Amino acid sequence: MGKFIAKRIGSTVCTLLILSVFIFLLIHLTPGDPARILLGSDASAESVALLHEEMGLNRPLFQQYFSWVGKAVCGNLGTSYTRNGTVTHAINQAMGPTLVLSLWALLLSIVIAITSGVYAARRKGKAGDSGVIAFSLLGISTPSFLLSLFLVLIFSVGLKWLPVAGYKSIAEAGLLIHLRYIILPVISLAMMQAAVLTRMTRSSIIDVINNDYIKAAKAKGLAERAILYKHALKNAMIPILTTIGQTFALLLSGAAVVETVFGIPGIGQLIVSSVTKRDYPVIQGIVLVISLIYVVINFVIDLLYGVVDPRMRITAKQE
Amino acid sequence: MNNKEENIKLSKKQLHEYRRLVFINFFRKRLVFMGFVVTMILAVIAVIAPYIAPYDIYDIDVMNKLKAPGHVHIFGTDNLGRDILSRTLYGTRISMTVGLATAAITFMCGTMLGIAAGYVKFLDNIIMRVCEGLMAIPPILMAIALVAALGASVQNVIIALSIVYIPTVARVSRASTISVCELTYIEAARAEGAEPLRIVLRHILPNIISPVIVQVTYIFASSIIIEAALSFLGAGVPQPAPSLGNMLYEAKSYIYNAWWMTIFPGVFMICTVLGLNLFGDGLRDILDPMSN
Repeated sequence: MGKFIAKRIGSTVCTLLILSVFIFLLIHLTPGDPARILLGSDASAESVALLHEEMGLNRPLFQQYFSWVGKAVCGNLGTSYTRNGTVTHAINQAMGPTLVLSLWALLLSIVIAITSGVYAARRKGKAGDSGVIAFSLLGISTPSFLLSLFLVLIFSVGLKWLPVAGYKSIAEAGLLIHLRYIILPVISLAMMQAAVLTRMTRSSIIDVINNDYIKAAKAKGLAERAILYKHALKNAMIPILTTIGQTFALLLSGAAVVETVFGIPGIGQLIVSSVTKRDYPVIQGIVLVISLIYVVINFVIDLLYGVVDPRMRITAKQE
Repeated sequence: MNNKEENIKLSKKQLHEYRRLVFINFFRKRLVFMGFVVTMILAVIAVIAPYIAPYDIYDIDVMNKLKAPGHVHIFGTDNLGRDILSRTLYGTRISMTVGLATAAITFMCGTMLGIAAGYVKFLDNIIMRVCEGLMAIPPILMAIALVAALGASVQNVIIALSIVYIPTVARVSRASTISVCELTYIEAARAEGAEPLRIVLRHILPNIISPVIVQVTYIFASSIIIEAALSFLGAGVPQPAPSLGNMLYEAKSYIYNAWWMTIFPGVFMICTVLGLNLFGDGLRDILDPMSN
């Protein structure tokens, strides 16, 4: 187990290193002199040079990289060009709604995926199965922002059941009103991942069903439902669980797009306003934070995977 | 010598039989066929858009703004009175261009990197670690950051999407290269003294191409989605070019009074991506049966 963990830590550190180099280089790829952008176009050459010195922009690239990483580790991602305060502060403020939206969407997509995946696997080759396959194909092919526009057209503009836009947190408005506002964004966001996960669940259950221990359970006279949910799903879930880290990262970044449709004050709005105002430190900060979340979740899931599935530990030992 | 020729003849016959089976299989699968037809129709639309578009895509006609679909403007007009049908056709053209270019670039660069990593031991760790690092960044965010850095234009969107997806292709082709390299015919070629370049081009490349092509089809579809999302966020193809994402972005502000601004570009977009995904699924079943 120790070797397994050490190996995972090694590869995670490696990934983080490359990630940080890439994002750092991205900062230097961006056009314009940060000092001049911060001070405005009227600033004198001396004050720009002074700020250069202060920000350490005169030092060699690799020194700048190390000081940037050092600051980033302490949670200092630089100063925003356009808003008052640090990048960390801006991201902290916007992260709440995005996290809530993504967690709801993760929950919904897992529920949809398991129910429809099991249903399709049970009716393999029949009409129900084809229905689920067609539905998931449509889900995979519909971008979240498009689905949200369609849902707004139907439920807000046409039927007038739900609000067109806005966000109310549970703390300020209670669960029911919160759900009223967030249900359309959650559905739009969850659908694509639900479709991907449904396909995975279906094929992984179909794989598992052919195993001997399922035949043994059947021979024992267990009810089909018990076989599916207790024996097949448990083993079929392993490959699905491992993709949840990736799913969550995709949901976080996808939330950014959906938020702009519904006017939710999250990371998405922060990105859009930063892109239009060319606030590069904020854009890069967001990329760094969300990628970090992805890497950390993946690391934890890898470890859990080793705990849950003893075969993984053995393979790691043999390697 | 004679023996060798016979062998080649036999394998050619087998190849023919294989191709015939592939062909039958292809048409047997109706969904795949549908995907193929839809993709082809949209590809033709993309190519001939300038000739079939009934109006100029930039022609502003304020007198006729937000007109519902009718026989003058079949898909209606937008907030500036521009013809939605013409703009949707052009939008399909832009989406297809971005998707195709990204697919082609990722195919070439990704395969090259993947083979290099799979074939040359000391490059493996370097290339794959870099790819893993890049793959940790969610595609949309990475594309936004790159386009923000490079500046918004069709060309830069293509470059950004290629950087996003090259690691995926590299990973697939590396895995296939490693499994092909273990086969005896590679060893035989090596024993016969074949140059590494010849082994790569004649023996490895043709045998890893199937899974890579399947992957690239999916990338084609995904890059169309991400381009639209980028444009929708204002970080993609710059206005007033009628990319489908741009059109949907404008439609958002008029969702109360002009449903046609959302529906038509939206349906075209879904058809394009759906067609490509179906086509990709079919290709996977045919070219790469093991993955199922």
